[in-house]
Amino acid sequence: MTAGWTLFVAILVAINIGGSVWLMWVTASRRPGEESATTGHVWDGDLVELNSPLPRWWLWLFVGSIVFALGYLVLYPGLGGWPGTLGWSQQQQWQQQVAAVEKATAPLFERFAAMSVAQLRADEDAGRIARNLFANHCAMCHGSDARGAVGFPNLTDGDWQWGGSEDAVYTTIAQGRTGVMPAWGEALGPQGVEEVVAYVRSLSGQAVPAAAAQAGAERYQVYCLACHGAGGTGQQALGAPNLTDDVWVYGSDAAALRATVSRGRNNQMPAHLGLLGEQRVRLLAAHVLNLAPAAADAAD
Amino acid sequence: MKHDRIEKNVGLLGVLTVVAISFGGLAEIVPLYFSPQMNEPAPGVVPYPALQLEGRDIYIREGCGNCHSQMVRPLRAETERYGHYSLAGESVYDHPFLFGSKRTGPDLARVGGRYSDEWHKLHLLNPRDLVPESNMPGYPWLAERVLDGADTPGKLRALRRLGVPYSDEQIAAATAAVAGRTELEALIAYLQGLGLAARTWR
Repeated sequence: MTAGWTLFVAILVAINIGGSVWLMWVTASRRPGEESATTGHVWDGDLVELNSPLPRWWLWLFVGSIVFALGYLVLYPGLGGWPGTLGWSQQQQWQQQVAAVEKATAPLFERFAAMSVAQLRADEDAGRIARNLFANHCAMCHGSDARGAVGFPNLTDGDWQWGGSEDAVYTTIAQGRTGVMPAWGEALGPQGVEEVVAYVRSLSGQAVPAAAAQAGAERYQVYCLACHGAGGTGQQALGAPNLTDDVWVYGSDAAALRATVSRGRNNQMPAHLGLLGEQRVRLLAAHVLNLAPAAADAAD
Repeated sequence: MKHDRIEKNVGLLGVLTVVAISFGGLAEIVPLYFSPQMNEPAPGVVPYPALQLEGRDIYIREGCGNCHSQMVRPLRAETERYGHYSLAGESVYDHPFLFGSKRTGPDLARVGGRYSDEWHKLHLLNPRDLVPESNMPGYPWLAERVLDGADTPGKLRALRRLGVPYSDEQIAAATAAVAGRTELEALIAYLQGLGLAARTWR
């Protein structure tokens, strides 16, 4: 703030405090010629209004608040550009809060930094912190129970779109993922879409018309094989889902698959490294791996 | 009893009351009008593109600000959850600003890029599809209403008069940038742009 504005504020504050003192003084003291103890108002013949000065204790509260204000203006930044003798500022207070917590948690995070993700999975402190992080940053999409929603993967089923290794899960959280399924509606035509849907559903053992599935199998070789693989088992490197199991991000019924095949899907997991930093992402990776059932873990 | 005169003269009482209460405003508000901290954009802050500006108007129309603030306070718990605290320079192009003071829902000042566009779409249509415990209303009509962009250049010109540096080219291209897009798309574009500049500060 420029010196001119500091002066402007200081003058206003001085007038204000001086005015308060003056007002208190003139209203608290009895003036000459004002002998009467009443205001002179009379109602109903004998009802009068006392003209007593303020009680002393009340007056001292006013005096006290003025003294407080003067002390405050010396200690804290109240007069324009004057920083106050304490040097207090909102940013500094925030920095102190952050530094205090960082100091308290530093030993914990130092310990975590030296641990592998596998060790973090077994650590109780790491688990507690990661649960809070999950509730704050992951639950909006994956659900507070981590079971996901349509379009947002279930993290508790042990099935991994982009790989279930420690590195893969870390990369998914840190860098985010963009899964793109192209729209095949134009290329396949309505009939073709129906056939591909029938074949894809047959892969996971759903009952479908045999003829349609047979025709769809041929189209699958042309359009789908590159990503989802010859047997429909998918490719985690591309985020192409396994079509032979019962895990379906967008649903396995004919209507959902029709929409997926004809209009495509564009699925995005946002990157979190910039938001959370490496240590917290590692904690989350450990937590997410712990969400999967132990049996699936053993199979990896 | 000199104050008799003031108490028995309503006009004088009114004038003196205004004088008394102006002191606070003169000292606390007026200097800020001239402070560079308040008037210069923070690093990376640019005027809203046309589609985001329309989204912002929908945000205001639907009363999003009644439940969502857009102001991260300089408190550790808030910066831990949302990111860098809000700076005055982030709101220089906001007329009016949407700081808000009611948080039934979370603060949105840093929501840009947090979720995918698809998430916002599903969440705005019916929040409980994604967050079963949410008490936010659904806004399904946003997907059906299509913007024609006829008013958009006028909005940009009005903001330019208030000091937002829109160029003639931006104003000329505004209608084309908005026409045919749904209100849902505009609102998502606005939300996805919130707080992006702050990501570069850390």
